[in-house]
Amino acid sequence: MYNLLSIVTFLPALAAVILAVFLRGDDEAAARNAKWCALAATAATFLVSLLILAQFDPSNTDFQMVETGEWLLGLQYKMGVDGISVLFVMLTTFIMPLVIAASWDVKTRVKEYMIAFLLLETLMLGVFMALDLVLFYLFFEAGLIPMFLIIGIWGGANRIYASFKFFLYTFLGSVLMLVAMVAMFADAGTTDIPTLLQHNFSAAGFSIAGVHVVGGLQTMLWLAFFASFAVKMPMWPVHTWLPDAHVQAPTAGSVVLASILLKMGGYGFLRFSLPMFPVASDLLAPLVFWMSAIAIVYTSLVAMVQEDMKKLIAYSSVAHMGYVTMGIFAANQQGIDGAIFQMISHGFISGALFLCVGVIYDRMHTREIDAYGGLVNRMPAYALIFMLFTMANVGLPGTSGFIGEFLTLMGIFQVNTWVAMVATTGVILSAAYALWLYRRVVMGDLIKESLRTITDMTTREKAIFAPLVVMTIWMGVYPAPILDRIGPSVAALVTDYETAVAAAPAVTHVATDASH
Amino acid sequence: MIGTDLSIILPEIVLAVFAMLALVVAVYTRKDALAPVMVWATAGIFVALALWIAGGGNTTKVAFGGSFIDDGFARFAKVMILVSAAAILVMSQDFMAKRGFLRFEYPMLVALSVVGMMVMVSAGDLMSLYMGLELQSLALYVVASLRRDSVKSTEAGLKYFVLGALSSGLLLYGASLVYGYTGTTLFSGIIGAVEGEGVSVGLLFGLVFLMAGLAFKVSAVPFHMWTPDVYEGSPTPVTAFFATAPKVAAMALFARLMFDAFGTITEQWQQVIAFLSVLSMFLGAVAAIGQTNIKRLMAFSSIAHMGFALMGLAAGTALGVQAMLIYMAIYVTMNIGTFAFILSMSRDGQPVTDIASLNMYSKKEPGRALAMLVLLFSLAGVPPLVGFFGKLYVLRAAYDAGLAWLAVAGVVASVIGAFYYLRLVFFMYFGEERDDGLDAGGSPIQWAFLMVSAVIMVAGVVNLFGIEGIAEAAAATLLQ
Repeated sequence: MYNLLSIVTFLPALAAVILAVFLRGDDEAAARNAKWCALAATAATFLVSLLILAQFDPSNTDFQMVETGEWLLGLQYKMGVDGISVLFVMLTTFIMPLVIAASWDVKTRVKEYMIAFLLLETLMLGVFMALDLVLFYLFFEAGLIPMFLIIGIWGGANRIYASFKFFLYTFLGSVLMLVAMVAMFADAGTTDIPTLLQHNFSAAGFSIAGVHVVGGLQTMLWLAFFASFAVKMPMWPVHTWLPDAHVQAPTAGSVVLASILLKMGGYGFLRFSLPMFPVASDLLAPLVFWMSAIAIVYTSLVAMVQEDMKKLIAYSSVAHMGYVTMGIFAANQQGIDGAIFQMISHGFISGALFLCVGVIYDRMHTREIDAYGGLVNRMPAYALIFMLFTMANVGLPGTSGFIGEFLTLMGIFQVNTWVAMVATTGVILSAAYALWLYRRVVMGDLIKESLRTITDMTTREKAIFAPLVVMTIWMGVYPAPILDRIGPSVAALVTDYETAVAAAPAVTHVATDASH
Repeated sequence: MIGTDLSIILPEIVLAVFAMLALVVAVYTRKDALAPVMVWATAGIFVALALWIAGGGNTTKVAFGGSFIDDGFARFAKVMILVSAAAILVMSQDFMAKRGFLRFEYPMLVALSVVGMMVMVSAGDLMSLYMGLELQSLALYVVASLRRDSVKSTEAGLKYFVLGALSSGLLLYGASLVYGYTGTTLFSGIIGAVEGEGVSVGLLFGLVFLMAGLAFKVSAVPFHMWTPDVYEGSPTPVTAFFATAPKVAAMALFARLMFDAFGTITEQWQQVIAFLSVLSMFLGAVAAIGQTNIKRLMAFSSIAHMGFALMGLAAGTALGVQAMLIYMAIYVTMNIGTFAFILSMSRDGQPVTDIASLNMYSKKEPGRALAMLVLLFSLAGVPPLVGFFGKLYVLRAAYDAGLAWLAVAGVVASVIGAFYYLRLVFFMYFGEERDDGLDAGGSPIQWAFLMVSAVIMVAGVVNLFGIEGIAEAAAATLLQ
């Protein structure tokens, strides 16, 4: 099938259009139809996307299943996957049916809700497959619209503030990237990503308003992309939109945000920053390392004192993304393998944790940690599942969380021992806040009057968690299938990167000579 | 060769004769009872002329010794002007009839101002420039105060007239300086004189005065002060008209003058336009934040959009002109849709312009609210909607011309500007349900324009309906 990637990408959008055009009325029956239609569409997308995984050849480091078409302004519609992106595509198609299933109890504007999520899925898939700069930007930015509406319409009490902050924060980050893309277009004469990966952007220093810019154009472009991806990631200190957005978003919105949207930042670093601006990446890696290390320690400490469960998990996400950025810019096989692995695994774990919060929120309508306690007495199944994902979040060996953290730490240790040391304390801190959360919510005696009648998970809820449990344990026990798929592409990336950096001193040297 | 000359300006003549004849007929017969028919007839003539001009071949013809130029650029702008004026006429008819001020003068004045605009975009001489500009402006001063019984409308007309006269004065003063230092009013003569004798200080003064006069017409900061008041005070259909066709005409005239008369000294005016552009973008974005009246808000929005269009012009290249034309086409389409919506905003049959009245509109009219959502995100320049591509083109042109700082300033301003578009979305979708919201329903014509415009914003992502190539050809004729 030549159009496989486009089919997978636009299948959810097609379902959204069908829902928008053909589904009438807002009674019970219409709501039910909307849910089933959305579930069927996302499930079908997942099934079709399995074909991508089947056709994907890990040993080939080029882009595969490429589709090309003419577009405006010399741009092109070009889609393709390689070892770096294919698993993110799979993660997205895997998570979305679960997200829809987890939204079964949505009461207001069900049709619009499902349309927003279906469109969001198309846009997220597009981000991971786009092989044209502007096409990438299009998908990357367009995702803001449905997410803005999801937070704003179906969110909590303070949703207006959170939705505006989310939108404007991320929009400001990305528009600078847009200017950088225009600059790249002007410099290389193309927006084709495979071609740009081979293009050498000038690293000769120049001065702007009397300030000497080391690394020249590459540094400027790198910073513009960094502004966008660091916000999306999010990295300390531009992470502040995330706790607000997470707390106010509906459960399904939080899951999408944590599982997939945050991964776009990491994917962007791997697709653009590292291979296209290797000299600047090498130059600015220490900045990223220390920002990551601070994020890991600082946000872990902040997570510890949270009173709202979702906020706690949101801060823990920021900490875990710190490992990812650290691993990416370590720029060696272990670091990048680990970063990708950590992103995939975090997609399952944090998604599951937000679902865990959703389960008790649906029953008690509060996320205050103090409102709970002793849930194990009435909800044994929930206690078990919550424990599993708490342990995975801590990075217990045997869960997927361990592999990701260990590999990234191994990667960074070869580059910067101090950063590795600081970052490792994050493992201890994460155990502290995660276990403490678990103790306060689940353990102890059930003394709260309001919890006396709480019921354990329904079959639907258990069915949602089952695939996540399987993936988390399987990836933790036997990570080889994942690493085999990303390995060759990462190896090629690392080789190209090292070649470029090795050639760079000559470039800067010539530049300094010229200035004398 | 008067025959050839006349054949070249035949569309203008047809429209002018039609306007005058219709005026006479209406005066001597049934007066306002004829108004609806005349609205449709005028719109029909506009569309017919647009088709005629669009299909009129691709040669460049010059009439009256070079003072009237009919080239691809002029044709592109004329089609935009005619089509948008027709759209505004048709969709405002229902609004004006309901409020009892659908007078037969309205379509005639619009037709006369359109004649003025068509002369403006074809001007090849400072005199035809001024003639076109004044014909347009005088008609617009009158339509601004169409509601003679409304203090606000009269005030808007008077303000517009006084400030417009001031800007015409500036423009004329500039024109006289340019004439004095080059000895000719023909654009082709001016460009020859500049090449031959270089740029004298007097000529530069003339150039700057001319630019100040034109900046007033496109409402670029710091010559924008009239815009919010006139937009707010004028009847809504008139505001819709102000926001579309005259902006296209003024922007096209700006480009025409800069390239045809001063095309060889780009570096002399590039900085001035870049300055106008960056101020407009920021003021438009910041000042709109506090507005509660949607017409005032759209006034600041149009100032910001003019800033972006000027960014294309500031590039001073063919790519820049192409970007500016595409930007204007997209801007006009978005504004037609948005104003179709504003025209349909009413409570108990009375027009309202308070943005708080949009509260939870999405519950009452999901279809309209969704179309408006699309338009608002498009106005904010969020991909994948067409508004984004307008911005992409001007950014690219500005960057290529070495104005990277302007591109960065532009995108930062667009983020600030996004806030107030989002605020409208917030009212429509996130608010609390209250009783004093807008009425549901509205005229089917306005609905159709709103929907078509929204669909264009989404479907245009495929290939912008081929406008890219046409604009490129149009820009090429201006720069040769």
